[in-house]
Formats: sequence, structure tokens, C-alpha cells
Amino acid sequence: MAGKRREGEIVMAFDKMELNEVEVWDGNFAAAQALRQVQIDVVSAYPITPSTPIVEGYAKFLSDGYIEGEFMMVESEHAAMSGCVGAAAAGGRVATATSSQGLALMAEVLYQASGMRLPIVLNLVNRALASPLNVNGDHSDMYMVRDSGWIQFDAYNPQEVYDLNLIAFRVAEDHGIRLPAVVNQDGFMTSHTASNVRPLSDDDAYAFVGEFKPMNEMLDFDHPVTHGVQTEEDWHFEHKARQHNDLMTKVFPKIEEVFEEFEKLTGRKYNMVEGYMTEDAEVAIVCMGTSVETALEVARELREEGVKAGVVGIRVFRPWPFEYIIETLKGIKAVATLDRSSPNGAMGALYNECAGSLVNSDVKTVLTNYVYGLGGRDLTKAHVREIFADLKANADAGKATTALQQFIGVRGPKLEYL
Amino acid sequence: MSEMKKIKNLKEFSTSADRFEGANLLCPGCAHSIIVREVLNATNDDLILSASTGCLEVCTAVYPYTSWDASWIHIGFENGSTAVAGAEAMYKALKTKGRLKQPDANPKFVSFAGDGASYDIGFQWISGCMERGHNMMHIVLDNEVYANTGGQRSSSTPIGASATTAPAGRISYGEKKNKKDMVAIMAAHGIPYSAQVAPNKWKDMVKKIQHGMAVDGPVFINAMSPCTTEWKFDPKDTMMLADLATDSLVFPLYEIIDGEKLNITYRPKNIVPVEEYLAAQGRFKHLFKDEYKHLIKEWQERVDKKWEMLQRREEAGV
Repeated sequence: MAGKRREGEIVMAFDKMELNEVEVWDGNFAAAQALRQVQIDVVSAYPITPSTPIVEGYAKFLSDGYIEGEFMMVESEHAAMSGCVGAAAAGGRVATATSSQGLALMAEVLYQASGMRLPIVLNLVNRALASPLNVNGDHSDMYMVRDSGWIQFDAYNPQEVYDLNLIAFRVAEDHGIRLPAVVNQDGFMTSHTASNVRPLSDDDAYAFVGEFKPMNEMLDFDHPVTHGVQTEEDWHFEHKARQHNDLMTKVFPKIEEVFEEFEKLTGRKYNMVEGYMTEDAEVAIVCMGTSVETALEVARELREEGVKAGVVGIRVFRPWPFEYIIETLKGIKAVATLDRSSPNGAMGALYNECAGSLVNSDVKTVLTNYVYGLGGRDLTKAHVREIFADLKANADAGKATTALQQFIGVRGPKLEYL
Repeated sequence: MSEMKKIKNLKEFSTSADRFEGANLLCPGCAHSIIVREVLNATNDDLILSASTGCLEVCTAVYPYTSWDASWIHIGFENGSTAVAGAEAMYKALKTKGRLKQPDANPKFVSFAGDGASYDIGFQWISGCMERGHNMMHIVLDNEVYANTGGQRSSSTPIGASATTAPAGRISYGEKKNKKDMVAIMAAHGIPYSAQVAPNKWKDMVKKIQHGMAVDGPVFINAMSPCTTEWKFDPKDTMMLADLATDSLVFPLYEIIDGEKLNITYRPKNIVPVEEYLAAQGRFKHLFKDEYKHLIKEWQERVDKKWEMLQRREEAGV
């Protein structure tokens, strides 16, 4: 197709890509393909390991004529998100990608983007936060911005990265929502590990996400608009309250609706909270990212050994799915929450969120917390077996038989608290 | 390119298409609003504007009010330039894709920021915008101080000025560092146009803004903005201060084309001694004590040297 163009001719259209029914993509390329298929108008980005291949992939699609749009390769992550905010306020589909320190640098603008109700999609390839410097996967970046007002999805493998990107645009850009969304994936373990991905055709993917519908866009010159105003004690609270209210009441029904539609289209079903073998489980692990699949493999083995083990994966981290957690953990006697981020002087975030969900519910369970896998340290099946053994003891005793918080897989004397 | 707006006289100019309302919270005598009106009135084209956090921003967009009758955005202190760059990128993308609501519009993209937001905290963001070649104009409202937060020194604050973080005191004459030459740094990016402007020289201002809006690529404008509150002069004397600044050559007016060719655009008929400029402002009051009088002499020498350098560059065509 590209060969048909004459030299100097302005390219006014892009070529579609023929994809196989099953492609072999890593998480980064799956994200880049999704960005191509939704026909992103502006990408404003800055490279950082391990998310860099997403924007490299987008740049190559642009260079090869597989997408039209503008690519702002800016001078820092702060500028990347600033460019996203300007572009989104102008009125179009916007995305970027980053990790770790990059997210930390853009943190200021993340709050501004959500407060300005701009539907930007950010692919966050989870990586540890320095110091010590580390390029590998943990969830400290994801946790750092959990109060920033962004919707946060979590993918456990490249297929889910692809699917959740399409879903994220649909949810974020809905005029009833108008909030930015993060799609999380584990650095290297998902981002650089190729696996089978079943993509939609270009036409089907675009039809699912739909044409971007602008709202209060700066580029409508007949209706000038002021973005990013000042509010002090007179109005700031109302703005923040409304945003929280929308996250608590409007986002779940919308995600539910989009999940259902996606299932009809692809047969792939997503839930706010993914319960695996939880219906009759006696013990269960709650975790995120690639650890869900590791835990599930061990749980299946334990089932064969007669232990009623289950696994709970968090699919939507923000807003936090309170009711879905209560529903999923119902009847489970002992539950371990696994946090891949140092809480630095508290219980892990998943522990606190689960405890906060359950404390006034009918669900009574023994809840414990494990901190694991910092800086990309492997979570082995042996670790997961140890945790399930603790849980079984807790379930049998009807109370915690271990410390409430333990570090697992770290050198030196055992670290346990409370 | 759209037709350039024709401006006959000051009366017509000051009452032409008004997209910045007088209803704002800026101090009486603030030069910011004068400069903004001069810039906006220089064109009839559609505008996408930004302001970085600072006096202009906090005084013109306090919810539920706005002083702007043109699309306007504020994100933060450092990134107003990049906000406009993002909007410009979206404009280009939607133009290519045929999705603009007014496809025949010829919008101009302008970011306003103070010297703190430009010389200091937003320096990198502006450099990035200039380097990437966005079709935009960044205008510094240069009042040589963090005025919005109460008069702290910036890298634009000149030697000898008393600022709240560099106060004149029993053993100090205030700011010890020379003002950063931002125009030279921005011109070094090789951008098509950079210039200094002042609100009192409105014809020079309009010419430069129109030139800047007509060129393809990034433009940097440094606009002197006398600050009644922090420079400490009577609000009615704003234009007198601006006259003293341009006519003493403390603030020379010139332009640099394509990062290379420098043209001086205003030569005062009667050059005013720098001492008169300093004497008109409370921030330099302490310099007139006996122990600091040598600083006034040094000020004059510095201004003379800079003027000499500008003239030599102009003559040499570089």
C-alpha cells in the first residue's frame, strides 16, 4: 500500500494491519497495537524502562504509515503528561506510557489531569521506585498514585493488557465518566514476556471503542472554554467531592456495562474482582499482576492435594471494588493479601483495602498480609505454598497463627510484625 | 496565512476585539493586563492560550469566573508552554484527520508565564517546546520577581534589587546575581523569532507579535512588566517606569531572526541615566546609600556594555 504513494504526496490516510487470529506479543507490544487500533490522535511521551517499547512501537507504526496522529517526544515525563493534558483539553484521543520514576515525576500532573476530568489513558508498566535504583517489576509506582483520581485497571498477561486498553478508552471517554485511566502490567514479567494474544481486527477494535466525542474542547473556537481554574475554600471541596462521587457511584456500572459488551464481542469475561475457585474455598490469596497466575497454579495443585484453595485477583484497583471484594471473600476462612510494594511503616495497601471492605460486613475471615517480590524478586511456587500452609493453619485455628504481616522471599532473619 | 490585522492608532487598538476582560483581580497599575491586551489585540485569529501558575493565572480564572473570551488552559507552574504545545499537536492531528469543527480557522497558540515560571521552574519545558518546533509563542511577563507569592527573587531579578528571599539589610545590598539572558538562550535554540518587548512601545510590540504569529515555528517573547507592588512605585506610574526602562536601555528592545540576525528595534533619542530608572523604584532604594553607590556606577557600565554588544551584533549582522 505504502508503495502506491507518489513522492511528496501528502498521506491523508493510513493503512490497516492484517493481524493473525493468534499473535505472539509481549505486554508492551500488545499495548502499542491497542493504541494503534484506537487511532490515538496524540501521544506525548518520554522513554523509561520497561515501558519504552510501547511508545517505540507507536512511533514505528507512525513511521510506517499504519496510524495518523502527532507524536510529542518530549523532554521529561512531567512534560509528557503536561502535553497529554493540553492535547486532551484541545479535544481528542490521548495516551502515554511510563514506569516508576517516570510516574513519580509526572505525579503532579496526574492529579491535574484527573481534576480537569480529561480522559487520558496511561499504560503503566509497573516498576520499583528508587532508592536503591531498580528497573524491575513491583507495584510501588501503582500504589503511589492510588489517590490521584485515575481509574486503575490491572492486567496479568499480554492478552489482558490488550483487552483492558480497549476497555479503558471506552470507560474513560464516556461523557458520564470523563476520568483518566491507568492500565497496569508487571514490568518485564508481562511487558517483555511474549505470549499468545488474540487481537480484534482493526475495524472491530475501532468500532468497539468508537469515534472520539469531544466535550468542552478548546479547539471549538465558537465556544471558548477555560480549563484549569483556581478554586479555594469556597469551591475546591465541591469539585473534589463530585469527582470522588463519580468514582464511587458511576464508574462501576459503566465498567460493568463495557465488560459485558466486550465479553459479547470476544467471549473474554472480566470482573472487578476475579475469583478463581473461590466459591467453595476455605483459604485464598488476594494479589495482583503476574502473581495471580503463579498463585492460581499452586492453588490448582493444592486442590488435588485436598486443600480448598482459591485465588482472588484485583482487576480494578481504583475505584476500589468494596462490594465485589465482600462478595468474593464470602465464606473463606483465611485470606492472605499479597502486596508487592513496601508499605514503609504500615500494613500493605491490599490488606488495608480488604480489611476496610470486610470490617463492617457479614464476612468474618482471618486476614493476614505478606510483602513480597520487591524490585522484581521472584515469587516462587514454594513461597505461595508456604503462604497457603499458613492460611490453612489460620483457617483450622479460626485465628491468626502467624504474625499479621510477614515479608516473604527476603534474605536474613524472618521479618514479621503485629 | 490569515490577513494581518491593521492597526491605525492607540485609541482604535485599545478598543478593538477584546478577548481579555478588564474584570480581573490584577493589581491596579499592573502591566500584565496591558501586555496581554496588546498581544491579543494584535490579531483577529482564533486563539488557544495558556497561563502558568502566577499573577496572571490566579487573577483571571477564579471559579466560577473567567476573564478570558478565548480558549484558555492552566495546568501548573512549570508546564503552561507544554500545555499549549499539546493543544497545538492535537490541532495538527485533527487537521490531518479532517476532524476540526472549524477547518478554516487559523488559530494561534500562545503561552503566557511569569519570569519565575519561565526563567526558573519552567525553563526545561520551554526549551523542549522551542526545540521540538511547535507552532506556538511563549511570552514571558517579566517582572523580575515571584510577585504572586510575595516578592521572592528569581533568576530574572537584577543585581541590587531587594527581594524577600534576597533582602537588602544591614550587611547586604539584596540580589547578588546578574539577570539571566533568557532571550539569548532561547535564540540559541535556532528558533525563527525571539524578541524583547515593552508595554509602552505598543507599535513595536504589535509589529513583533504579528511577525511572531506569522512565522512557522516556535517564538519566544520577553515582555518587560513593571510591577507596582514589588518594584515599589505608585500604580499610576507604570508607563513612566516602562519608559525609564526602555529609554535608559536597562531593557533594550530588539529581535533575533532565526537565532542569528539581531535587529535593534528602538533607539531612544535621549538616553536616560540608569540612576533615574533605579531611583524611581523602592526595590533599589538602598543602593543610594553611600556604601552602595559604586553599584549604581557598575549598573550603568553593565547597561552600556550590553548596548554596545547589541549594536555590534546588529552591525555585524549576527
